[in-house]
Amino acid sequence: MSATRVAVLRFPGTLDHESAATAVRAVGGDPVFTHHTDTALPEGTQAVVIPGGFSYGDHLRPGALASRTPIMVAVKAHAAEGGKVLGICNGFQILCESGMLPGVLRPNASLAFICRQADLEVADADTPWTGGRRTGEVLSVPFKHHDGAWFGDPSDTRVVLRYTGENPNGSIDKIAGISNLAGNVMGLMPHPEEACDPLLGSVDGRALFAALLA
Amino acid sequence: MSNQPLHRELGLLDAEFARVKQLMGREPTDPELVMFSLMWSEHCSYKHSKPLLKGLPTTGARVVMGPGENAGAVDVGDGLAIVFKVESHNHPSAVEPFQGAATGVGGIVRDIIAVGAKPIALLDSLRFGPLTSQRSRFLFRRAVEGISHYGNCIGIPNVGGEVQFDERYEDSCLVNAMCVGIVPQNRILSCAATGLGNRLVLIGNRTGRDGIGGASVLASAELGDDDADKRPSVQVGDPFTERKLMDCCLALSEVGLLVALQDLGAAGLTSAASEMASRGGVGLAIDLDRVPLREEGLSPGEVLVSESQERMLAIVLPEQLQAVKDMAERYELDATDIGEVTDTGELEALWRGEEVVRIPSLFLTDDVPFSEVPQNAAPPTLPIELDTVPEATDLVAAWLAIMGDPNVASKRWVFEQYDQLVGAGTIRRPGGDAGVVRIPGTDRAIAVTLDCAEWHTELDPRAGGQASVLEAARNVACTGALPIAATDCLNYANPEKGSTGWRLAESIRGMAEALTAIDTPIVSGNVSLYNESPRGPIYPTPVVGIVGLLEDASKSVGAAFGRHGDQILLVGYGEPRVDASRYLGRCAGLPPAPDLVKEQALITLLVKAAQTGLMQSAHDVSEGGFAVALAESCINGGIGADVTIPTGRRADEAMFGEGGGRVIVSCHPDHVAAIQGLATGGLGAKVIGTVGGNEVIVTIGGCTTRVPLSDLREVWEGSIPRALEA
Amino acid sequence: MTLVIVTVMPKKGVLDPQGQAVQRALSHMGFGEVSGVRVGKRIELQIDGHDPTGQATRMCEDLLANQLIEDFHVEVPE
Repeated sequence: MSATRVAVLRFPGTLDHESAATAVRAVGGDPVFTHHTDTALPEGTQAVVIPGGFSYGDHLRPGALASRTPIMVAVKAHAAEGGKVLGICNGFQILCESGMLPGVLRPNASLAFICRQADLEVADADTPWTGGRRTGEVLSVPFKHHDGAWFGDPSDTRVVLRYTGENPNGSIDKIAGISNLAGNVMGLMPHPEEACDPLLGSVDGRALFAALLA
Repeated sequence: MSNQPLHRELGLLDAEFARVKQLMGREPTDPELVMFSLMWSEHCSYKHSKPLLKGLPTTGARVVMGPGENAGAVDVGDGLAIVFKVESHNHPSAVEPFQGAATGVGGIVRDIIAVGAKPIALLDSLRFGPLTSQRSRFLFRRAVEGISHYGNCIGIPNVGGEVQFDERYEDSCLVNAMCVGIVPQNRILSCAATGLGNRLVLIGNRTGRDGIGGASVLASAELGDDDADKRPSVQVGDPFTERKLMDCCLALSEVGLLVALQDLGAAGLTSAASEMASRGGVGLAIDLDRVPLREEGLSPGEVLVSESQERMLAIVLPEQLQAVKDMAERYELDATDIGEVTDTGELEALWRGEEVVRIPSLFLTDDVPFSEVPQNAAPPTLPIELDTVPEATDLVAAWLAIMGDPNVASKRWVFEQYDQLVGAGTIRRPGGDAGVVRIPGTDRAIAVTLDCAEWHTELDPRAGGQASVLEAARNVACTGALPIAATDCLNYANPEKGSTGWRLAESIRGMAEALTAIDTPIVSGNVSLYNESPRGPIYPTPVVGIVGLLEDASKSVGAAFGRHGDQILLVGYGEPRVDASRYLGRCAGLPPAPDLVKEQALITLLVKAAQTGLMQSAHDVSEGGFAVALAESCINGGIGADVTIPTGRRADEAMFGEGGGRVIVSCHPDHVAAIQGLATGGLGAKVIGTVGGNEVIVTIGGCTTRVPLSDLREVWEGSIPRALEA
Repeated sequence: MTLVIVTVMPKKGVLDPQGQAVQRALSHMGFGEVSGVRVGKRIELQIDGHDPTGQATRMCEDLLANQLIEDFHVEVPE
């Protein structure tokens, strides 16, 4: 059985694509970088990762311009057919701006960029992303963002991950990661690709990438 | 309308103007004069400092490229080189701190890109007035926001740095930015233009009026009361474009499309083109009409000296020009053919078909008349009489007070605003002794830090220069990395006044001695003079950046205590002294001079101990002395400690005095003997206590001081946020 | 060619932390007379076409405003 092909999107200003690709490879996947002007996903794509960064410099609104590029049409079609899509940080912002996930990511309550290790709790162990974990299990994953406060109606979505302890950014219900009701599209503000190597302090991020390939 | 002749308005001395005419054999055109005024300014030419810098060691087995290029390069194995440099952006940051600091980051990053390297780490060294001053709070806040804005958006992790607050920097803040990059040695790019007929290509943002006159106007003069008017000179940064520029240049280099590369910084096109021509021994002919402009109405002189950001100059073979343009388009950047390489050795510029500039490039880059720096030695200082320093009888109160001093307190407020992680290579984050970053594609890592001992340098410049180097080296060694090379940013006041020139020369001498003793050559650097105001001069502030190499990335050591029962050792040499300590609270006395031989032995010990996995933690004793370093290791580890230390002359001096080369090490009890076995050459390695509990306990001369860890943490972490809320 | 001015403001009732921060800062500076601040964006468009207002409105709906949290206003100055 050949490795699962995963399209890793790159927009102008995308920053975390290399580390996302490394994480995909580490769980046995075959990552392929995909340019924002492409009108189709690479042949054989089975899953899509939208990495973190500052696509289009966060101009107008974070993720706004990236969500309206040609490649996103193909990503929407892929998701409509049940294909898996994982949006990390700016990727989450892009998914919300494109309507593939409900809500919007607003500026952190402190109005400052925050980079910090977070203890995330699994809110729902029944999602395709958290199978194999227990509800309430804590995952140590760092976050680094300026606009990470999720705003929307939680009943429009499935909450997958929450921040524990103090709410770091003003996100409703301390929501850190959500999926669509169908479950195949997930977005989270923390960076699981930064938690895939014991040298970096945690390997709790591997589970999400493994779930992407499942 | 000014009565001054143009050359004086531009900042050129009469003698310098005379020299220009002598070299040219005629009166210079206005654009030519503007170019000379910038290229011969202190900031661009180093006319006061270059002769003094000759004493610094710049060679070594690992040095691939020494000072003189955009950045220095050092061999780190596997055919790879680490490239790095630190630069100042002091005067622009005092005028507009957000953009000044942001463009400071942009500028240093472009220096690294210009060598063909991929940036992998950023650091910053910041100095402001005390946080009790509203202006200093403003400058501090905005400078950090600017660095955050630029560094985060461009996607380079910020892994370390330092922040200091002192009255001497109230009107003359310091913002120094360091960047480290990685490049295969066979892909290192030079800035030397070669090949008659090769094209000169400008890549990146359009040219506007940013920073017109910035280099000469701001960096070469003291700031006075009218510098609000200097605001239009400050450049505005666009990190999104710089990211694209970075990715594009790396892609071009990878496929061999670049003959040479240079970044546009101070003095813009003039500086970049003249450097490329001079280093290549060629001439460059520029058609200014072809430079893409952002605004209408720029004069040819303005186009030549504009400091619009995010621009690079490349030399490209004519047959590869289209390929370069295609690549730039893929990255949504302009790439414009604006001229060509000639064999005249001259920098020529055409405007509307007419020649407006013709200067042999060496006149601009190499023929600046150097100025002698007056050497007026300051009277020697004397050690403080301890009896004249009131003794703190309540050591708990004194401890909490010093932990709450913003100079000592946690800088988390700063580094949490920085992306410390992008690239998934940050093994040790800010908050320890040095940042540690993996060398991509290898099992190795580098440790890097920026440090300075400005009070020591003020009081005893030669020893202070040594101490600045050794502080940085010791911090790097604490992570287990071997220091291999250095960069420096020499921030000083007006060298023509008082003893500043003497302090500059003496501290450079001290730096050279220390660097030689630890076999760590300088490979790049920067000088910033005239950092003073009507209020007075800054302290002599030689900021030193040191890069260390860890052969095994998994063996890096942090500053935090880990396990209950671990043994704590005080390793190193030297007696604590109140002189010029944070505890004393003023720059007075005579701190003990470092012992170069013992410092080298200490570095060797730390590196060996890390290689063999003997240490759980290692943390340098510096500001605030032993008690602060101990508390920091406890706070970072979330666990207490119980130690006994010698009284020395007095208990408070033992707790908070500074000096010597001392490191607090923790280890499993089984490893104590091995660590002690490594302590040769007069180094101590005494077991002083144990890790455990939730208090920090220090016994001196039979008297025990104990503080709950939570109290120390609360004061240390809360200090800067509280000071900013005021 | 028509100049069209688009103003994008946070929806009333949605928390505007930027507006709050600005109000606090003004108050600290001595401008205590300010009882409310909302911060938005002004976008100037040069539009070629027969129905610049309608075209701009569509642009707002499709890109310039996120209608979950923002309201927009389109105006052609005299």
